[in-house]
Amino acid sequence: MSDIPQELKYTKSHEWVRVEDDGSLTVGITEHAQGLLGDMVFVELPDVGDEFEAEQDCAVVESVKAASDIYCPVEGAVVAVNEELEDAPEQINVNAYNEGWIFRLMPSNASDIDALMSADEYTSVVEAEEH
Amino acid sequence: MPYIPHTPEEVAQMLSVIGADSIDELFDEIPKELRNDGLDSIPARQSEMAIQRILSEKGLLDGTPMCFAGGGAYEHHIPAAVWEIATRGEFYSAYTPYQAEASQGTLQVIYEFQSMIASLTAMDVSNASLYDGASGLAEAVLMAIRANRKVKSKRILMPASVSPVYRQVVETIVKNQGISLELIDLDSDSGTIDREKLTAQTEAFSALVIPQPNYLGCMEEVHELTDWAHEQGALVIGLVNPTALALLEAPGNWGKAGADIAVGEGQPLGVPLASGGPYVGFMACKQKLVRQLPGRIVGRTVDLDGKPGFSLTLQAREQHIRRSKATSNICTNQGLMATAATLYMAFMGTNGLQKVAASSVANTQRLMALMEKIPSVSLPFGKQVFHEFVLALDVDADTVLERLAQEDILGGINISRNYDSVSGHKNLLLICVTETKTEADLKFFAATLGDIVKAIKEGE
Repeated sequence: MSDIPQELKYTKSHEWVRVEDDGSLTVGITEHAQGLLGDMVFVELPDVGDEFEAEQDCAVVESVKAASDIYCPVEGAVVAVNEELEDAPEQINVNAYNEGWIFRLMPSNASDIDALMSADEYTSVVEAEEH
Repeated sequence: MPYIPHTPEEVAQMLSVIGADSIDELFDEIPKELRNDGLDSIPARQSEMAIQRILSEKGLLDGTPMCFAGGGAYEHHIPAAVWEIATRGEFYSAYTPYQAEASQGTLQVIYEFQSMIASLTAMDVSNASLYDGASGLAEAVLMAIRANRKVKSKRILMPASVSPVYRQVVETIVKNQGISLELIDLDSDSGTIDREKLTAQTEAFSALVIPQPNYLGCMEEVHELTDWAHEQGALVIGLVNPTALALLEAPGNWGKAGADIAVGEGQPLGVPLASGGPYVGFMACKQKLVRQLPGRIVGRTVDLDGKPGFSLTLQAREQHIRRSKATSNICTNQGLMATAATLYMAFMGTNGLQKVAASSVANTQRLMALMEKIPSVSLPFGKQVFHEFVLALDVDADTVLERLAQEDILGGINISRNYDSVSGHKNLLLICVTETKTEADLKFFAATLGDIVKAIKEGE
């Protein structure tokens, strides 16, 4: 069973979401997802200022096995992107929950976060996939 | 090449596996009105001998005129070794093999092709080739829209000095994708992009196409144009003739930062005119855009034992991985033509290609000097050209071409319909001269054209 930190929120498409003090959301892909994808070779980041709806594809992670879309967890505007991934996409493999963050989003409605999954709910999703 | 038909037994076997009684039943679900049952205009089968005779008779109808027509397809000398080698069994396939890694030799040829194109265009990376120059330009337009994420515009500036045929092909391919092509007028004195109309553009655009030499043979101010487009936040697509690159500045060196994408028709590199095809497109770009480059890319790598090898690379751009989000649906290349182009470039070398280009330029200048002396004929855009120039006549251009054809001269292309509002001339011929012409050819052409124009004016 891979690492699923309790304090984060999750999506069924394997993004993690951390609520920051200023109300913005940091988004990345979970330890489980990076393990399935394998070694990352390229990350296509959104641009700061881009606006996305919930579940809209907003970034791409490309590994040696596949290219996968990253979906926006809730509606909002991008306020920051992890530019270090452009030169070091492997940070997602090394530390998916910290240095491997992909972008930061200011949600249109703060309450949308409540609809995201808790760590326990996401654990069941991953367990169901593994069986 | 062996032709392997399905025997009746094999057909029956396949049908029984599928569970259909006949071929007709297999295609039963296709509605009647969509079927093409009767091919009435196609005659019944003929023997090989009869077909050979028909085809050689048809072939003779073409004749072997002295060719001064260009307009995107150029007659050059092709060393005999090019096609002797290209048609060897090891190379002779129209396609990239689908299991490309199975043929290291094929991959190496493509890798060499890419390296030569990158070097010729002064770009970082090249793909394995595209179908032809016109569809290559359309791919470049699509690529520029994808790649230019700063300018969120679907506008492309397309000068009238780009081949009208290319503009049509691009329009056909991109028009249903919400992309608009803004036509930039021709400056009727210089035969190049109208700079005033260009810089008057206020709305954002994704890319500017710069043809060099342009369709009329003239030289665009590529450095200034490139810098201007970059200042507007746009990308620059250089549409270039590979032969001309032996003498002219490569698109990678245009302006301060260089063009972002270089694209063009590879036919001049060892591919025969052949009534218009098959030809081969080439496309190269800066490293930072490589993930938006369409088509196959071959990379050089090492195997587990450290031995060099070649493999398809960056395939996450392609449709078998990215599905609908692939950079394009081009998942092959123009294998045979790219092989011929690679051989041509290898045999010619830098010096050889420079000689071809220089000799074409010299011949073109000679012909222009001869044409200038003919009454009723003028050079509206001057003599700053590569190997093509526009000739303005005060008699009907089609009539002149017809009469030249009677003398076995393919005298050029009548471009009057495409450039009818330019410089007040109603009859414009686009004429091309390559290294294949001798001094005698040029004199014969000029003298014949002079006689024909005179005769028409005297009402004969």
